[in-house]
Amino acid sequence: MTDKLTIEIDGRACEATPGEMIIAVADREGIVIPRFCYHQKLSIAANCRMCLVEAEQGGRPFPKPVPACATPVGNGMKVWTRSPKAIEAQQGTMEFLLINHPLDCPICDQGGECELQDVAMGYGDDVSRFVERKRVVKDEDLGPLIATEMTRCIHCTRCVRFCAEIAGVRELGATGRGEEVRIGTFVAHAVTHELSGNVIDLCPVGALTSKPYRFTARAWELTARDGIAPHDSVGSNLRLHVRGQRVMRVHPRDNEAVNETWIADRDRFSYAGLDSLDRLTAPLLKEDGVWRTVDWSEALTRVAERLKSADPAETGWLMAPNATLEECYLAARIARELGCPHIDHRLRQQDFRSDDADPLVPWLGLPIAELEVQRCVLLVGSDLRQEQPLLAHRLRKAVLDGAQMICINPIRLDLNHPARQIVGTPAAMIADLAAIAKRLGVSATGALKDCIAVSEPGDEHDMAADCLSRMGEQGRGLILLGALATAHPDFSLLKALAHAIAEASNCRIGYLPAAANSVGAYLAGAHPQRLPGARPTDQPGLSLGGMLAAPRRTLVLWGLEPDRDLGNPAGAMAAFDKADFVVACSAFRSPSLERVADVLLPIGAFAETSGTFVNAAGLWQRFQGAVPPPGEARPGWKVLRVLGNLLDLKGFDYRDGAQVRDELAALCADAVIDNAVRGEFPLTNGPTESALMRIGPVPIYALDPLVRRAPALQQMTMPGSAFGVYLHPDQAADLGLNAGDTVRLTQNEATATAQVILDDRVPMGCARIPSGVAGSEGLGDQIGPISLARLTESDTGERR
Amino acid sequence: MSFRNAPLAVSRDQDQSALFNAEIRAAIDALIAKYPPEWKQSAVMPALTLLQDSNGGWLTTELMDALAVYLDMPEVAVYEVATFYGMYDLTPQGRHKVCVCNSISCLLNGSEELIEHIEHKYGVKPGETTADGRFTFKEVECLGACRHAPAVLLDKTYHEKLSPESLDRLIDGLE
Repeated sequence: MTDKLTIEIDGRACEATPGEMIIAVADREGIVIPRFCYHQKLSIAANCRMCLVEAEQGGRPFPKPVPACATPVGNGMKVWTRSPKAIEAQQGTMEFLLINHPLDCPICDQGGECELQDVAMGYGDDVSRFVERKRVVKDEDLGPLIATEMTRCIHCTRCVRFCAEIAGVRELGATGRGEEVRIGTFVAHAVTHELSGNVIDLCPVGALTSKPYRFTARAWELTARDGIAPHDSVGSNLRLHVRGQRVMRVHPRDNEAVNETWIADRDRFSYAGLDSLDRLTAPLLKEDGVWRTVDWSEALTRVAERLKSADPAETGWLMAPNATLEECYLAARIARELGCPHIDHRLRQQDFRSDDADPLVPWLGLPIAELEVQRCVLLVGSDLRQEQPLLAHRLRKAVLDGAQMICINPIRLDLNHPARQIVGTPAAMIADLAAIAKRLGVSATGALKDCIAVSEPGDEHDMAADCLSRMGEQGRGLILLGALATAHPDFSLLKALAHAIAEASNCRIGYLPAAANSVGAYLAGAHPQRLPGARPTDQPGLSLGGMLAAPRRTLVLWGLEPDRDLGNPAGAMAAFDKADFVVACSAFRSPSLERVADVLLPIGAFAETSGTFVNAAGLWQRFQGAVPPPGEARPGWKVLRVLGNLLDLKGFDYRDGAQVRDELAALCADAVIDNAVRGEFPLTNGPTESALMRIGPVPIYALDPLVRRAPALQQMTMPGSAFGVYLHPDQAADLGLNAGDTVRLTQNEATATAQVILDDRVPMGCARIPSGVAGSEGLGDQIGPISLARLTESDTGERR
Repeated sequence: MSFRNAPLAVSRDQDQSALFNAEIRAAIDALIAKYPPEWKQSAVMPALTLLQDSNGGWLTTELMDALAVYLDMPEVAVYEVATFYGMYDLTPQGRHKVCVCNSISCLLNGSEELIEHIEHKYGVKPGETTADGRFTFKEVECLGACRHAPAVLLDKTYHEKLSPESLDRLIDGLE
């Protein structure tokens, strides 16, 4: 028996797989069949009837036209997509679809790129025979991202199926019957899913359109340029739609290996931050506390002089993990050639004790698409949907396909699939991992051995160990360490346990890189212990932790806001205040930068510079700038090139960014991206414990300076995003606190005030206080001991 | 995954044994038992009928939400069912429901006359309740009683071959 069969479409012989639908074969052959409800990535609904075709099987014609999207192929089947009968059926469907569709194309955002408009040109009649009243549907407010005009809806239900199948939350539905059918939530509420913007692309008409883009441009005025998303470590492929010198909107570009056909809302709507009023548009110099606009040559000459005269041992460079590969490489070159090995990009890590043992380039450990075929995933310290929305989607597919997911986290996650969630304090996370390690018979030495010895495995640990070792044997087990693991005060202990478990269970281990170019930063040498090409160095520099402990006299900050982008903002600000000279290269001004910096250099943000991002799976993706940077701002790599020349460094005569990339690529030719550990994790003591631990996840729309300036995203009310102290109701009762109380938060010297919010997803012994958002600037480590004290009326009165 | 084959189960933390009352829970459980365990949500229609009857003939959003929790369904899936079928009412109703068929066979056999008669005599348009709250007048799609058209569904009883006079007698018999 053969697994291929042959069908004939419009007289052309086509090969097909049994079970395939006619439309899939036609699409592959390039034969156009009109459709609205069919979408390759969604289930088949067959409710628009636009794809009706004439067909016969075994010489017997089907009695009536059949929907190509829902008719499986059969051997010897003959299909006619353009026969009189098929065309008549398609025209009939078109006429019905247009009956209730408004004739408002001139004021519709979808006009010019509308599937209904296109198909109506081909199949619609010039004159409507329908003389009755058209229906009008009330709009629903779906939140700040999606604009609705539901009168235009043709009920294809793509958005309903997307929400149910891809997003995993059935928020939209088709209520009513016949002419009364409406797509909506029925009970008005905003859609707050991290992938919700994709329904805008899916909608074949102008019923769901982008709210921030609304009425700002016409499709035919836009030029499409390719880009790569600058936020999470997926590196989603984008199409930037540009008019003049402005990015008007962002669409996904298909890439099965990376983002399939989706993008996260963060990638779709963050472009609006480019128009922020606090863009830095000219170099600024601070003299006697007053900022003065200067030209580039004066600013760069000053920077070059100060860097040259500075003691390299007392200098430090901090790179944002979404700086491009070229920027990281040139910065690392300049730093090292000036004799300064102190460069780091791991801004949200606090435990650097295992730097000597760490993998050379911590990465996802496997290609992104392979996440889908894992059968057991142990997720350690990650609010996955908020950190890496599209990796969460891949893992969701694996789970729906039968995989087990076990999460060890300091907060209970809102997941859109089943998972075993083991929730506990940061110390309990270690104990949980140790318990799994014990069940797997891990033999260890030192602190790890003690840690494992005292653990008491329970049923859930047995289950996890059993699942990991069974699936590990088949090569389909995976352990992932996320951002909350990275920020953990005992990250090295977590890593040691995770690697020990991986080894004992034959599972793979993966790191969820923090940002778009975290993996690239390792490769480029923006790390105190890696030279370009991720080669280890025998002259290690100071990590971020080292630089905060021994404040630098001279500092270069690249693409970051010190009070928002670092794991310990209060500690960082205190250390940076002690510096004599701070250069900040940034696309945005911010009060914290103006406080610590002496020179502000304007660099291009996302879409304004060419560059390369290396995604979680080690894929190099190069992109060109789509628009010029505003004012005097320049692409970062060009600033560094000129700086290199001013410093009289050799080999800084790069012609273009690609040459920088090629030079680094040659250095990386034999770099092996591998998560193997390179030595013993030096563990000296047990886990950090405290009566109350702060858990400070970074909310999805607080990740980097660009996202924080995208107005539409900032209006979204994602769970856990608002600043406050989220406490378990029992914990609040123990502390004598009620919802809405104002409390003073103290982490060593760092303090802030916040309101109590009750949340049973936070375990006992923990206080969830988001990082990276307004209000959190005065606090210390993202995860660490904290104390709360209620402020009485008189305290708050005094403060005012 | 297919939207059609796999019912999308939504598990919530809410305590299902605190919903409705013991009697209704037992009745819904009996309905659930008629279907395979993974198709618990198949009980949604009879359960909605049950809830509607226990709530004076109409369904509130709260009742539908509670049923969604009880059957591990998304809320919107319950709304879809409740808004699709004419026998569910989402607004307060009169003590009785007079449902006149408005589909082809009944229309040809005089249901239009019945509708006009009710509108004039009792002063209610389709969907409205009489001032004394005695009954709600509904126009409904085909009742499937074409053989003896025109048909009227009075609460849960079919009445066929009706004339305005015989319909009046029926309405007079309502409390």
